[in-house]
Amino acid sequence: MRYSHDVGGNRYTFDSLKDLLAKASPARSGDYLAGVAAGHDEERVAAQMVLADTPLSTFLSDAVVPYESDEVTRLIIDGHDAQAFAPVAHLTVGGFRDWLLSDAANEATLKALAPGLTPEMAAAVSKICRVQDLILIAQKCRVVTKFRNTIGLKKRLSTRLQPNHPTDDPTGIAASVVDGLMYGSGDAVIGINPATDSIAAVTTLVEMLDEIIRRYDIPTQSCVLTHVTTSIEAINRGAPLDLVFQSIAGTEAANSSFGVNLAVLQEGRDAALGLQRGTVGENVMYFETGQGSALSANAHHGVDQQTLEARAYAVARKFEPLLVNTVVGFIGPEYLFDGRQIVRAGLEDHFCGKLLGVPMGCDICYTNHAEADQNDMDVLLTLLAAAGVSFIMGIPGSDDIMLNYQTTSFHDALYARKVLGLQPAPEFESWLKETGIFEADEEIRLAESLPKPFRHALEHLH
Amino acid sequence: MSNDKRSIVTSDSWSKLRQYTPARIALGHSGTSLPTKPHLEFQLAHAQARDAVHHALDIPALDESFRSRGHATIVLGSRADSRPTYLQRPDMGRRLNDDSIKRLKSMPAPETPYDVVFVIGDGLSALAIEENAAKFLDVMLPALAGSDWRVAPLCIVKEARVAIGDEVAETLGAKMVVVLIGERPGLSSPDSMGIYMTLNPRTGLTDESRNCISNVRPAGLSYEHAAHKLSYLMTEARRRGLSGVNLKDEAEALPRVNTGSAENFLIES
Repeated sequence: MRYSHDVGGNRYTFDSLKDLLAKASPARSGDYLAGVAAGHDEERVAAQMVLADTPLSTFLSDAVVPYESDEVTRLIIDGHDAQAFAPVAHLTVGGFRDWLLSDAANEATLKALAPGLTPEMAAAVSKICRVQDLILIAQKCRVVTKFRNTIGLKKRLSTRLQPNHPTDDPTGIAASVVDGLMYGSGDAVIGINPATDSIAAVTTLVEMLDEIIRRYDIPTQSCVLTHVTTSIEAINRGAPLDLVFQSIAGTEAANSSFGVNLAVLQEGRDAALGLQRGTVGENVMYFETGQGSALSANAHHGVDQQTLEARAYAVARKFEPLLVNTVVGFIGPEYLFDGRQIVRAGLEDHFCGKLLGVPMGCDICYTNHAEADQNDMDVLLTLLAAAGVSFIMGIPGSDDIMLNYQTTSFHDALYARKVLGLQPAPEFESWLKETGIFEADEEIRLAESLPKPFRHALEHLH
Repeated sequence: MSNDKRSIVTSDSWSKLRQYTPARIALGHSGTSLPTKPHLEFQLAHAQARDAVHHALDIPALDESFRSRGHATIVLGSRADSRPTYLQRPDMGRRLNDDSIKRLKSMPAPETPYDVVFVIGDGLSALAIEENAAKFLDVMLPALAGSDWRVAPLCIVKEARVAIGDEVAETLGAKMVVVLIGERPGLSSPDSMGIYMTLNPRTGLTDESRNCISNVRPAGLSYEHAAHKLSYLMTEARRRGLSGVNLKDEAEALPRVNTGSAENFLIES
């Protein structure tokens, strides 16, 4: 279908729904790289105006990636819950924005609506939202998930403790784990990116994290972020694996470039469920995503990167994950050029994820070839914490010495918790206070001395 | 003065763990925030990494270092003709420029096709290549010389992304490509080199066809370790006729070079 709009004496036409979505998307380098972005600002706003007048139901009949050739589209269309959609079925995208801002949208109605929304609807409305809208609306959504603790409750902010080491050295990893735990990090997951993808190395790390969690009775879960097929193989060989990890994207072809499809993800989930390692819940998957991944695999079908990113959340939600993490600034300046674009993208991703019912966290990060710095990350961290982000990363001194990028530090998480009055997951908060890592106050305060079990572990070191 | 400082900045009692990792652990805290000294040390490291990204590969010096070791070389370029273009147009960094294609095609064809071509690209850190490429190949190439690998001349490519190796190999008719490339600089590792191996390379392949060995540098994965892993991957890829996610890295670990007395202090009794 063709769309057109007259504004300022100019007529703008848009060839298709995906063209309209792309041209309405706030400016970012990846859409220019793909050749799908608006040519200039007036064209962008014209597209946003046309998009605002487009009925939400259009997205059910006009697929941006062909149904016949893409299993993600089939998942979205076949899995759509018309009954859940009913309360907003009569609205346009613009009307939907107003509805989301109104008192009609609250925790209960948004939870009920989520299965009725497609990622394209969420992406469309995000494109006509300002930053404050993205925060206010996301903050109303609550997505609660459980494994050994409870992630996503109101006034909670969890962290992934990310103790990466360039050669997977167990002692080096353990040193970062201690550092993180002593700063109150690790309730979302203790998750290692291994330096290499070998089953032997992965199994060693899985066993080590399992033993640490059991020894210190920490109410959290572990993950080694390796390919889903490696996790399945490790499980088959008897590894004590908590969460199955996989990077995912919003098209079948992009997922194929990661060496996965929906069937393999299902196999991974079934394998982890079979171990029955969760104590308070059965959310066993950990997914990572990021705008630009489909384009980087040349699997974008002419669709803008933010819409494709939202489609990745449709993949995620099918497998009821514990955690979904948009690694927003990792991909580099060819997709998100600078701090301004990274900040906007992080808020869009969190907003779309939460609307779709996904437990959304954010790796608030940048690389050294992007035009961004610590100040930009402080801005995004503060805004996401205000928006109710489920979890962020925690790494020693913001410096990932394995993946070579900068993400939020243990200190950064405490800043956000302090400024906005947020606590870790309740089970983990109790553990921190009982162990003597946090003082038992309302305010976040670190204890003066090393807690006894950890003092004991460090005693024989010199 | 020092008393005042102690009372405001709390140092962490586990600072002895620093000997086991280059990670920025035990930084201490003012309130719950980062104290001034580690804060400014971070700012300096970021400034240095930014400078490394924009450092240009010294092609003549690199070429000379290979030739002085007796290796034949070819110098090529991608379609990205400048650093700013390279950073914003990865598609251009994945393809050879016309002149490079012409030069590769004009080379005399070998009697039997090459088994492997090594492609050396600057990537996001020319520093990584300048520091590590020749020294790694000093370990790697002799290991291959003992077996029946027919190795093509070394191809040095400026403003290169990993996938450009596919086009180089396809144009040369090589059965396998190994790309040595500068990884994006980290704060603690402006000099980290990545290695990507692909069997039956051709233009348009994506990452699932490759096997990766990352963080090769003196302070990371040693040349010996990396060469051991790569030899294994190359041998297995050739034997099983596949590379990428279907080929797991099962290379037997070399004996661990222990960094300290404790293997893992957290789970010893």
